[in-house]
Amino acid sequence: MYKVKVFVTLRESVLDPQGTAVMHSLHAMKYNEITDVRIGKYMELMVEKSDRPVEDVVKEVCDRLLANPVIEDYRFEIEEA
Amino acid sequence: MKFAVIVFPGSNCDIDMFHAIKDELGEEVEYVWHTTESLDEFDGILLPGGFSYGDYLRCGAIARFSIVMQEVVKAAKEGKPVLGVCNGFQILLEAGLLPGAMKKNESLKFICGPVKLRVENNQTMFSNQYDKDEIVTIPIAHGEGNYYCDEETFAQLKKNNQNVFTYEGINPNGSLENIAGITNEQGNVLGMMPHPERAVDELLGGADGLKVFQSIVQQWRESHVVKS
Repeated sequence: MYKVKVFVTLRESVLDPQGTAVMHSLHAMKYNEITDVRIGKYMELMVEKSDRPVEDVVKEVCDRLLANPVIEDYRFEIEEA
Repeated sequence: MKFAVIVFPGSNCDIDMFHAIKDELGEEVEYVWHTTESLDEFDGILLPGGFSYGDYLRCGAIARFSIVMQEVVKAAKEGKPVLGVCNGFQILLEAGLLPGAMKKNESLKFICGPVKLRVENNQTMFSNQYDKDEIVTIPIAHGEGNYYCDEETFAQLKKNNQNVFTYEGINPNGSLENIAGITNEQGNVLGMMPHPERAVDELLGGADGLKVFQSIVQQWRESHVVKS
């Protein structure tokens, strides 16, 4: 069994309206050292060992469903569980 | 002409869509549940607005994998008219039947009210009853209608005249180049954020949306004329 942590964020080239709003709020709170905020999603998957490498399975589900490659990037971490 | 209104769990504009076709247009229409395995008997496919699957993950992302969507893709490939409104537009984007994606509105607020649209292209099967550059009023109601695509895709949209409706005067959601509705390259799939089915009778505050449906029927009749 693997525990997979998937992080999905808007691509760098895509303006993130939520992140921008949060950054403005942080600036209003005087945290001026914060120069950018990107808001994303975090997902945990439990994946059983199969005849396919777990990386391939996770990459495939990220491309097909968990992220929208038009506007989002993703990365993931795999742990033995 | 026989229309299908596809109903997903969480669709909530299906009844308005049905009403527009049956009562205002006088054409045949049926509700079609998302588990339906064939759309062969239908001439036109309508994906209504709403919050399919609670907008979980991304708007339209789950609905896109419904059983019926394979049939919607098939109908689109066959050249049948496929119209997605609001959440229906989002589903068509997620399904890859239309290019681009939706982001949250720039204001981060759900917006609801009539907006002015410009008919950029009246040579489509969804807009042939409008005049070019006609300004019409049709309501919007969405939280994620901020259309985005990359520059290359936008250049393609422009080159192929795929921009059918743009917001006029005020851009309500931050949408790229004021885009409100686009077709696919073949021109038989239209996605639009404004709700034409909510503007089909003066009693509803306006009837500017009716021509979208009349256009579909007009095109269908022309292409089904039996030459004697």
